[in-house]
Amino acid sequence: MNDSTVTPIGAAVRRKEDQRFITGKGRYTDDLSRPGQAFAYFLRSPHAHATIRGIDTAAAKAMPGVVGILTGADLAADKIGDLICGWLVTSKDGTPMHMGSHPALAKDKVRYVGDHVAVVIAETLDAAKDAAAAIAVDYEVLPAVADLAAADAGAQIHDNAPRNISYEWELGDKAATEAAFARAAHVTKIDLVNNRLAPNAMEPRAAIGEYDAGDEAYTLWTTSQNPHVARLVLSAFVGIAPEHKLRVIAPDVGGGFGSKIFIYAEETVCTWAAKKVGRPVKWTADRSEAFLSDAHGRDHISHAELATDAAGKILGFKVHTRANLGAYMSTFSSCIPTYLYATLLSGQYAIPAIHCEVDAFYTTTAPVDAYRGAGRPEATFLVERIMDKAARELAIDPAEFRRRNFVTQFPHQTPVIMNYDAGDYGASLDLALEMADYKGFPARRAEAEARGKLRGIGLSNYIEACGIAPSAAVGSLGAGVGLWESAEVRVNPTGNVEVLTGSHSHGQGHETTFAQLVSARLGIPIDQVSVVHGDTDKVQFGMGTYGSRSGAVGMSAIVKALDKVEAKAKKIAAHILEAAEGDIEFKDGRFTVAGTDRSLAFAEVALNAYVAHKFPTSEIEPGLKEGAFYDPTNFTFPAGCHICEVEVDPETGVTRIVNFTAVDDFGVVINPMIVEGQVHGGIAQGVGQALLEGVTYDADGQLVTGSYMDYTMPRADDLPSFKLGLTQTRCPSNPLGIKGCGEAGAIAAPAAVINALADALGTQDVPMPATPAKVWALAKTRAVRQAAE
Amino acid sequence: MPEIANTAAKVAVAMTVNGRLVSAELDPRTLLVQFLREKLLLTGTHVGCDTSQCGACVVHVDGAAVKSCTMLAIQADGMSVTTIEGLAGASGLHPMQEAFREHHGLQCGFCTPGMIMTALDMVARLGPDLDEATIRENLDGNLCRCTGYHNIVKAIGAGAAAMGAGAKVAAE
Amino acid sequence: MYAFDYQRPAALADAAALLKADPEAKILAGGQTLLPTLKQRLAQPTALVDLARLPGLSAIEKTAEGVAIGALVKHAAVATSDVVRAAIPALADLAGLIGDPAVRNRGTLGGSLANDDPTADYPAAVLALNATVVTDRRSIGAGDYFQGLFTTALEEGEIITRVDFPQVERAGYAKFRNPASRYAMAGVFVAKTADAVRVAVTGAGQSGVFLWEEAGDILASDFSPAALARLELDPADLMSDLHGSAEYRAQLVKAMAKRAVAKALA
Repeated sequence: MNDSTVTPIGAAVRRKEDQRFITGKGRYTDDLSRPGQAFAYFLRSPHAHATIRGIDTAAAKAMPGVVGILTGADLAADKIGDLICGWLVTSKDGTPMHMGSHPALAKDKVRYVGDHVAVVIAETLDAAKDAAAAIAVDYEVLPAVADLAAADAGAQIHDNAPRNISYEWELGDKAATEAAFARAAHVTKIDLVNNRLAPNAMEPRAAIGEYDAGDEAYTLWTTSQNPHVARLVLSAFVGIAPEHKLRVIAPDVGGGFGSKIFIYAEETVCTWAAKKVGRPVKWTADRSEAFLSDAHGRDHISHAELATDAAGKILGFKVHTRANLGAYMSTFSSCIPTYLYATLLSGQYAIPAIHCEVDAFYTTTAPVDAYRGAGRPEATFLVERIMDKAARELAIDPAEFRRRNFVTQFPHQTPVIMNYDAGDYGASLDLALEMADYKGFPARRAEAEARGKLRGIGLSNYIEACGIAPSAAVGSLGAGVGLWESAEVRVNPTGNVEVLTGSHSHGQGHETTFAQLVSARLGIPIDQVSVVHGDTDKVQFGMGTYGSRSGAVGMSAIVKALDKVEAKAKKIAAHILEAAEGDIEFKDGRFTVAGTDRSLAFAEVALNAYVAHKFPTSEIEPGLKEGAFYDPTNFTFPAGCHICEVEVDPETGVTRIVNFTAVDDFGVVINPMIVEGQVHGGIAQGVGQALLEGVTYDADGQLVTGSYMDYTMPRADDLPSFKLGLTQTRCPSNPLGIKGCGEAGAIAAPAAVINALADALGTQDVPMPATPAKVWALAKTRAVRQAAE
Repeated sequence: MPEIANTAAKVAVAMTVNGRLVSAELDPRTLLVQFLREKLLLTGTHVGCDTSQCGACVVHVDGAAVKSCTMLAIQADGMSVTTIEGLAGASGLHPMQEAFREHHGLQCGFCTPGMIMTALDMVARLGPDLDEATIRENLDGNLCRCTGYHNIVKAIGAGAAAMGAGAKVAAE
Repeated sequence: MYAFDYQRPAALADAAALLKADPEAKILAGGQTLLPTLKQRLAQPTALVDLARLPGLSAIEKTAEGVAIGALVKHAAVATSDVVRAAIPALADLAGLIGDPAVRNRGTLGGSLANDDPTADYPAAVLALNATVVTDRRSIGAGDYFQGLFTTALEEGEIITRVDFPQVERAGYAKFRNPASRYAMAGVFVAKTADAVRVAVTGAGQSGVFLWEEAGDILASDFSPAALARLELDPADLMSDLHGSAEYRAQLVKAMAKRAVAKALA
């Protein structure tokens, strides 16, 4: 591109959306107010598990300021359907998963602390809270089932799920894997807990439901990553309103990390209640409610075994995982510990045989669903922890052991569905080792030891499957929806452009990167491009943003639409320039007749498209607006190597991350500044999982980590500045060669940190989160062990 | 807001917000952040927690950073409040705002107003030469879930330096 | 929050009268603990009596014995006070470690002591320095003031007006923060006078702040971090929770005591 006003792909252009955020002009759901709005407060269950014998709202209804109080009985009377899980997983014996009934307001039973019992709608939030305190609920308390390890022995939570099992699923070839183990020279075994996390987007969830009696239509403003999917579920399954009578708007959304994919009780109830009480109904979670009711992430208990031959080559891998679903199956909960988990168990390695069994349990805890990485962090943690343990048992350097087993030929079909299309795992390992000064580590360790500190270094060679995903493929695996994306490119008569996308930005910077793509392609300045998203009335259907899919899938749809725009514009230009269509070249924002100096600027063609004087409208329709739906042909496979170096203070157990290096292969990068930001944030969440964060319920199912007083969020002084590097293999399956970058840090970091700690502490039994108290105990054991040696 | 019987006697509050004198009769339990957001419609100040830890609500009261979710509006009676909306002048963005954009110090933007107000307080207390460790330590009352703090730390360092350079130019 | 009335008395006597007239009223100082408590509806006072603008409670003064700090002095002011820094630098250090910068701009000395949270910082300084809590009724020695979790010698409606901190030969404060809340998990204030050493521990005890007398005795004869190496704190009376066992807290107390001594010697 010669034109300096054009923003090319690969430029670290500053974000267009920042102007409003840095001046306080962002518009998040709670910033909005509707005329006449009333405020909703949810009365939540104080018990983990109880039968509701009765709810008496009479006294509460008489409280001042109360507009209405609704319960599960009202929902049932209006024939409002249950919340659903949209991915059907089938057990290995062929039976479909047992999905427990999930009403938006509890009917007969509550199943976790925070479960929704009633909604109070009042003139003020304080009045709603006052009234909620006056509702008398007669509970018959049942035993809590808070321990995943013993969930099958606990009280039955759903009538249709004996032993609290939703499904017992498997993937891979059991016989081949057993045969591989029979040949093994060495077997490494590991038991791991993948700790439960609270997503903690800084903007708490919020919803405003409004009903227009004139149009018999609803509008829902909500903190959603995928407003069209929310509308589809609320219409087709929950039955709030027909799809064309429900508009869902997700305005500025303050972070999601998966937790705002799902369709929750609160927005369902606010929408439905708006008609019931004849007022707009607004609800905003406080942080305590977020801890209780946002879907949590992770929460696995796994046993894994890795078989290797005498040369240190992997022969087979087998895994048995217990996954916690929580009290209900959230929107995509079933696919996370199955198709987004076990399919990545081959890691970056050529493993001839893999077998994985996953048993998914109900417990009396908040629902568990996708959280940044969703299944893939759990897979990477398992693979990269056992790789490290095996390397140590085999007395091979961990980097060398990995290198020895890398996939090096592409495409590579793994034994667990995925077909890796491109990558160079050795390149990212080499660069990471160099950037982290892996060779210099022994000297740094010795220096630290002289100061009384314990140093360790750990690798994590992650792979993920992103760009989710080919619709037919996911359909064959049980997905209830296709996972394509849509785009519409609207060229206005004056030559500026609106891009309507089904992707949704909640921090990812789409308003910049998507505009960058259009600017580069059409040769127009980036400020001539607006990106429209998050409103079902404006945007054609779209699937939303999660799974690092907006670049690989969302932008590919824009490319397709741009192709169509260019093709039509060429036809129009040909007529105006009185040349054959095949002779028109489009470059640097100009349509030129090949080999001549006759040309038209893009804006001139745009104007002519709408004026429609100079081409036959019988052949070419006026206007310049094209839409496209893009369905990927494969997943994308970002991969890389993260290296963490830690220093432990054995006196207090404090772990300091002294160096964190991340080398990633994301394919083609549109905006390196934004990509780096995504990696930083992902690493912070991964470090959070490894060292700080963990949702804890007590034996009675009470949430112990219910606020920032007890749930440790990563703060600025918990983290170092990160060293980032990129390697690149182009993704062959999409037009831009993009793989995706949003989840890599969260996927890679936990294993890197824990491997480093294991190295420092001389033990493989390092639990997450490795809090100072736990690390201190391990350091003490190490000292005792060393004294004995 | 319609009258509700069980509220206490209203209190009269007057304060200067972003240079403008404002007054209201409020339920005494009205938090400063509620007054700013709900009455003055200054929604740039956010609420991200209920235990005074996230810092999304930081504003300046008489020049000092405070958590506006942990202060009653009546406690600010007669005082001068500056919010994120009050920073950009006629000549454009404040150097700290500019630094956040330049260094990609924000993603979803929700914590950003509180981060910027905290950063300005840091410069006011500690001067314009802020090293990484000082910045990180002084961000312990502000949470961000998107950026891993990496670029926030860079932005604050650069914004502080720009403020220092600006002050020098102004003084000369 | 539940509804409450708001009072802003002009004089200390008026404040005392309001509190006497309404036993369910509560004092509001900086509000950094009270307001979160009210927001979670964990307390239901009929009224808040806002002392913030009372005259005479906001001074930091050098006294013959040390420093006198008004009850309404904010943590940030103590942390940055030249007077405090010159007389008892460890006290300024402690104030600079409370909460975060925004909390330090609102929270007050009197508020912290009246609340007596077992994980608050100031109680360690008051107890180690053997300071005197002065109220609108009397003076209370530190040894009598702290009476357990959230429990002090303050009577109904009694208002702290200032705290008199005596200057000591050397003092140091070291704090291990709870990773989540950043309150003290173990905060140790060491104060050395001519004839004794007092070691006060906050954040770790089941009954709130306490004096670690064995440590004081050992340090009285050998004021060095190494002197504490042989000593173990009995975990029996220490807190145990999600963030650490009593044994871990015992270790932290010892580690922080060593660091506090090192700071005092620096």
